[in-house]
Amino acid sequence: MTENLPAPLAEIRDEFLALEVRERLQLLLEYSNELPELPERYRDHPDLFERVLECQSPVFLFVEVDEHGVHLYATAPAEAPTTRGFASILAQGIDGLSPDEVLAIPGDYPQSLGLAAAVSPLRVRGMTGMLARAQRQLGERLAAAG
Amino acid sequence: MPAELDPAEKFAAYANPHRLVSTEWLAAHLEDPAVRIVESDEDVLLYETGHIPGSVKIDWHTDLNDPVVRDYVDGEGFAKLLSSKGIARDDTIVIYGDKNNWWAAYALWVFTLFGHEDVRLLDGGRDLWIAEGRELTTEATVVEPVEYPVVERDDAPIRAYKEDVLAAIGTEPLIDVRSPEEYTGERTHMPAYPEESALRGGHIPTAASVPWARAAAPDATFKSRDELDAIYRDEAGLGEADRVIAYCRIGERSSHTWFVLTHLLGYPNVRNYDGSWTEWGSSVRVPIVTGAEPGSL
Repeated sequence: MTENLPAPLAEIRDEFLALEVRERLQLLLEYSNELPELPERYRDHPDLFERVLECQSPVFLFVEVDEHGVHLYATAPAEAPTTRGFASILAQGIDGLSPDEVLAIPGDYPQSLGLAAAVSPLRVRGMTGMLARAQRQLGERLAAAG
Repeated sequence: MPAELDPAEKFAAYANPHRLVSTEWLAAHLEDPAVRIVESDEDVLLYETGHIPGSVKIDWHTDLNDPVVRDYVDGEGFAKLLSSKGIARDDTIVIYGDKNNWWAAYALWVFTLFGHEDVRLLDGGRDLWIAEGRELTTEATVVEPVEYPVVERDDAPIRAYKEDVLAAIGTEPLIDVRSPEEYTGERTHMPAYPEESALRGGHIPTAASVPWARAAAPDATFKSRDELDAIYRDEAGLGEADRVIAYCRIGERSSHTWFVLTHLLGYPNVRNYDGSWTEWGSSVRVPIVTGAEPGSL
């Protein structure tokens, strides 16, 4: 069920699926290295961030909506490159989408990347948790904004 | 030909000193043709971010577990894996990893199921190696595949199944190595590991609680023989037990305790119950105790 998939997320998926399983790990590592630093204004605000309990490593995320669309910020330690990679895929794939587009991302998007064989289905579930929490946070922000 | 032993004084006090090497020893044996270095971590990408020169990666999910049945790979799968990693049957294997060698100990235990003779842990693991500023590389290790014989797993001596544990309650000491919250039943999973859960919380009747990481010092090395004796022999009451079963949630943390009891303290028949709480806590009609007391059957 990926017909609602926004273009950036579809491109990321296709990029993974075009590779051999082994190379997909390398691509995930590249995403991991690209996880953006937090913008200055959020660095001293750990209170804004929500812990993603589905991930084995400490990862925190925060959703913001402004006139350019939705932005997802995440932090995860360098010792948790897989988790950083998952966060980076979502942060890059979601950035600038409209709130409706983000809410419509299918919950099984993480399973569509062909990573189960490379990192195991159990680990992929960490990314599913991240997406679900990002969507829930977004819904709450929209509701609060009325 | 196995590699020479690490003569470190600390190791001499352990039951099987040859099961550990120090970071110093490993640094001096990076080029030793008898030594194969294996990294095994919780995070499947950590090795790629930088690893000990010449080491190969073995992942517990994707390499050691059977992809379909909840079991380990078979003799053929293990031979194929080690062959592809350039490891021969008579090589000395040194395993290291993150988080106090948690997953490294798990890999060592699985290697032991296949009777690989000379397999050792790097005392302090990945964290100590890095803390000491020793060399890491992102350069891919080039491996020549070698012949590794097909040896069928021998589970019985070191692996306990659920039925074995049921029969052991009341006759054989059990050690629960999970967190105190998991032991009492307050949680059905480890903090931050909700995916590996069970339907009921608590512990197996009679099991003593000794969280696995108590065996590690702050620098990720194993505690000294005296400290470990005080924890397991005295406090947990193992005394001179001739049989012990350790369990956790899926058998990884208890592999670490299995290593401590077997190789550092010399207990003769220690089995790891890898089904652990994810099996026991979801099984129908097995006895469970909640709260801080071990309880009885």
